[in-house]
Amino acid sequence: MPWTKTYGNKTEFEKAGGAAAGLRGLTYKEALHEATAQMLEADKDVFVMGEGVDDAGGVFGSTKGLHLRFGRERVMDTPLAENALTGIAIGAALTGMRPIFVHMRVDFVPLTMDQLINHAAKWHYMFGGAVSVPMTIRSIIGRGWGSAGQHSQSLQSLFTHAPGVKVVMPANPYDAKGLLRSAVYDGNPVIFIEHRWLYDHVGHVPEKPYTVPIGKGIIRRQGSDVTIIALSLMVFEAMQAAEALAAEGIDAEVIDLRALKPLDTPLILESVRKTGRLVVADTGWQTCGIGAEIIANITEEAFGALKAAPVRINLPECPTPASPALEKLYYPGKDEIIAAARKTLKARHDATQFSPRIARQGHRGIEKRGDRP
Amino acid sequence: MKRAVRHQAQTEIEKAVLVKMYTSMLRIRLFEERIAALYPEQEMQCPVHLCIGQEAIAAGVCMRLEEKDYVFSNHRGHGHCLAKGSAMAPLFAEFYGRKTGCSRGKGGSMHVIDVKNGILGTSAIVGGGIPMGVGAALASRIRGDGRVTVIFFGDGASEEGVFYESFNFAALKRLPVVFVCENNFYATNSPQAARQASCRISSAAAAFDAHGVCIDGNDVTAVYEAAGAAIANARDGGEPSLIEAITYRWKGHVGPNADFENGCRPKDELFDWLDRCPIRTFKARLLECGAMTDEEMSETATIIDKEIDTAVAFAKASPFPGASDLLSDVYAGQNHAMD
Repeated sequence: MPWTKTYGNKTEFEKAGGAAAGLRGLTYKEALHEATAQMLEADKDVFVMGEGVDDAGGVFGSTKGLHLRFGRERVMDTPLAENALTGIAIGAALTGMRPIFVHMRVDFVPLTMDQLINHAAKWHYMFGGAVSVPMTIRSIIGRGWGSAGQHSQSLQSLFTHAPGVKVVMPANPYDAKGLLRSAVYDGNPVIFIEHRWLYDHVGHVPEKPYTVPIGKGIIRRQGSDVTIIALSLMVFEAMQAAEALAAEGIDAEVIDLRALKPLDTPLILESVRKTGRLVVADTGWQTCGIGAEIIANITEEAFGALKAAPVRINLPECPTPASPALEKLYYPGKDEIIAAARKTLKARHDATQFSPRIARQGHRGIEKRGDRP
Repeated sequence: MKRAVRHQAQTEIEKAVLVKMYTSMLRIRLFEERIAALYPEQEMQCPVHLCIGQEAIAAGVCMRLEEKDYVFSNHRGHGHCLAKGSAMAPLFAEFYGRKTGCSRGKGGSMHVIDVKNGILGTSAIVGGGIPMGVGAALASRIRGDGRVTVIFFGDGASEEGVFYESFNFAALKRLPVVFVCENNFYATNSPQAARQASCRISSAAAAFDAHGVCIDGNDVTAVYEAAGAAIANARDGGEPSLIEAITYRWKGHVGPNADFENGCRPKDELFDWLDRCPIRTFKARLLECGAMTDEEMSETATIIDKEIDTAVAFAKASPFPGASDLLSDVYAGQNHAMD
């Protein structure tokens, strides 16, 4: 499917013949913008709130200018009061509105944990289904340029723990648009986590409104040797890794998880039963992360299918450092995914095939990380 | 603790309103007393936070509301629901953990709901309901539906950051909401003076260029007057305000008993407040001005007792939720009507 492929920018999309094939290329941020504009246009119950949604930048372009079209009552700048504003969104949602609350960084969402976990997540269950909270929380993972410990976290696992919320992480423009619409009309609190490094990625996005189902992962590349489950920016890395692996005869299957909650366990099990090998590439930390959950599910449901120990790709267990020298060491990418896939295939591909570069960088290499207690 | 409070100028209140407010207060009192009486049976297996002594605030404020208006309450919320018009049976059934409860047995006494009467769910995290109420008022502003939201919270909640965050937003956007702080001087067992620098909660409104007033929360007519002005302002001009109503809870923080025996609060303090019982003092005034007779009051109590009997019987006869209910309603059903 054409929309499963994303490009680093519009030129690449053009070069690949996207426009020639009659496909419209949009960036991730344009896809978010279009989805939001279409919902604001068609539905009076939808409104956007968040710090800076109406400023010149418009949340890195994703809400830019919407206040001019729809007014500041529906595209509303807010005080810096994240917890109350979350409660305010919940209260509005309880009356049938569909707020989209935007945080420029995921790091600000922990300020809202009381309203999110103690309230929004429970409001449907705790009152026997009498009311619901159709609320979307958009937030963005930052990275690079010394963003450091409080502006670049990947906190999806925190939100995934509590029943009652859904957590989605679109990895390309098509899903960004379709999942945002699904989130707004889901009827539940949906945590919608974007990645700043995906904002300029280009892919095919139909103009007409559409939805992408929440809780359904998708196979981005079919393969038979090893399953690579990735989310958000790591899908992009995993696709590059799969291409490199193909060159050395390893046929990797890449699953874009798209949602952490609900987790598409059937899709994961089907793939692992086929390949017997698993790599999980997450943008966040390892402890209690989605990789742990996925591997636990597989050991419970398909223990016998595993031919090798699964490998997790995560951030090192420390906050994000600021120095460019340390940042470079901090983030895993396609090289680590390649090494991890090779590791699961160690029986077939002996140790000599390990990249010498990875072996030298033992302090950040997969083997070293995997050996940690 | 004692506090000089500003008494509202008493204007003439219609007899029918006086009778309704008396009935509303008595309904709350008898409801709560019945819980206290039945609680030792240990069939109501959830924590109960009784509002005996504080009835005038719920009754006086809700007398000024319409059915469509929203009320956001808290863990000590039975009185607010009853005053807003909630039926007793779904409440008792909820306390008894039955499937017929207002929250189908999933919420208990701290989490009651009555959508028809504008109660969209009750938080037991102190201060938690405050922003939700402001959100409902925001929706009313966006839609122009003419509804007012009243948020009831305690003196403890006025210490939570979310109170100031919410009040600022309501004042900034001029939302149709009234903040009603029931100051009973205690957060669980911690006295207000040990927790607050100024002990003048209503003054907080001034920091947001909004109107704040401190009233005698045990005088239902004072509450009625203050709420009338605040709710009218909210409805007409979308101007939020803060009412601090001074009162006292007779029972302990949780459970059916008084807590002075445990040394939680001074006995003299409680007895001083028992003398200021909002129902007894109002009753005397009604008799004095001839708004109600003794017989009418007895008849009112009898009717309420019967309502309670029926509700308790309904609750006790109702089925418990079953295993299939455990995992139901975690998520709302999909709604793709817009596609």
